[in-house]
Amino acid sequence: MSFKKIEAIIRSEKIEEVRIALEEEGFVGMTVTEVKGRGTQKGIVLEWRAGEYRVEFLPKLKVEVIVDDFDCERAISAIEKSARTGQQGDGKIFVYPVENIIRVRTGERGDKAI
Amino acid sequence: MINAGDTAWVLISTALVIMMTPALGFFYAGMVRRKNILSTLMLSVSILALISVQWVLYGYSLSFGTDHAGLIGGLNWLGLNGVGQEANAGYAATIPHLAFMVFQLAFAVITPALITGAFVERINFGSFLLYILLWSTFVYAPVAHWVWGIGGWLRNIGALDFAGGTVVHITAGISALSMAMVIGKRKGYGKTPMEPSNIPLTVLGAFLLWFGWFGFNGGSALAANGLAVSAFVVTNTAAASAALAWMVVSWIHKRPSVLGLATGAVVGLVAITPASGYVSPLSAIIIGAVAAIISYYAILIRTKSGLDDSLDVFACHGMGGIVGALATGLFAEKAINSAGANGLFFGNPGQFGIQAFTVAVVVLFAFVVSFILAKVVDAIFSLRAKESEENIGLDIAQHGETAFS
Repeated sequence: MSFKKIEAIIRSEKIEEVRIALEEEGFVGMTVTEVKGRGTQKGIVLEWRAGEYRVEFLPKLKVEVIVDDFDCERAISAIEKSARTGQQGDGKIFVYPVENIIRVRTGERGDKAI
Repeated sequence: MINAGDTAWVLISTALVIMMTPALGFFYAGMVRRKNILSTLMLSVSILALISVQWVLYGYSLSFGTDHAGLIGGLNWLGLNGVGQEANAGYAATIPHLAFMVFQLAFAVITPALITGAFVERINFGSFLLYILLWSTFVYAPVAHWVWGIGGWLRNIGALDFAGGTVVHITAGISALSMAMVIGKRKGYGKTPMEPSNIPLTVLGAFLLWFGWFGFNGGSALAANGLAVSAFVVTNTAAASAALAWMVVSWIHKRPSVLGLATGAVVGLVAITPASGYVSPLSAIIIGAVAAIISYYAILIRTKSGLDDSLDVFACHGMGGIVGALATGLFAEKAINSAGANGLFFGNPGQFGIQAFTVAVVVLFAFVVSFILAKVVDAIFSLRAKESEENIGLDIAQHGETAFS
């Protein structure tokens, strides 16, 4: 059995929609991290006392979900649909192979631990 | 005769003004990067400690002691010798002399704290303490004596400065300019983003300043009377008018930020300070709005100039103080304060001349002396923190602590 890690960088305000979409597809577990980063949009301009200043890195959320290989496309499309606004800054999804999974409480491995 | 009401109001006002120095620290700290929050707070609160002692030992005497040639106070009140619970009729006839002294102490404390905005994020703390001590001795004490001391030469020619537009804000704003020139830009200034750490902290500080300013200006009546009420009302009015004007101007440019509105409020408070005991509420609306618009563009020009007066002490306090001092010469009314004078709009163009002359003298004096002091301290101890300390942030590098875990 093999697994994938789906790592999605999304708009912070989309996290609840993404969580619900994943949950509806049966993916309950996930890890969410506050991150900063930039894409082709680069930074944004904010208001200073008079005039403006640039912020080069934008706050985003990183969602990590570990899934079975054959569930991978389903999870990706759930995230894609729920995180999309169509505007610049919707983020990216990366997929990595996962070697093993260990449940700390029981010591179960592989598909028993997912 | 000591008056209980007057004494109570001056004591409360003193406490309000002393609160303004930590409030200023928060106002500034929110605008610096998060690695320098504590350092920036430290600059203000350490001045509260340092100048509170300096003022008792000799600062008060130099500023308000027996006059010498109109230029400086004597040493007759060293260590507050002779400054007691009885009134000093020359300064304030109805409150203990000690109350007048401690009210003035609060002003002597906040004035150098204002300058700190010019050199945050790169100052060497030890050199800073020496600079502040010298500055209070050689800039603040003389100017306070000239304008407020009995026998002071600017007071004698009729200069009006009710609560410190000239003594406090012009001296601080101009000295900020010279200090920014001597210490130089922050590393990466203009190239890498200098993201403010905590705007809510700044907004909290700004509105605590607004609150404290009721003591600053209202207390400068040195009595709980109609004039104190009048100063209180115009203070609130000018702050509000300036905040609105700043909001509108920045909205026209792009978006109305709370940082902008808070800055506008402070500028309005600065500008009304010298005028607060002499002008009507309607004049205060004009003074606040005009000062806000001038300071707004002064920040834009300063930013383009590349000079790193980091928190725009010159644009806010220097320009605000100058606008206020000149406006006093336009809008002052004897009908509001019979001990004052009429301004140009009330039939006395001469007052505007006196105000303009006073501004010119104090701008020149403060710039030259503060520039020399900064150069001297820089030559001996280096005003600037080491490059590695600036990179790491002064909180850890100079004070060994961090704002957040």
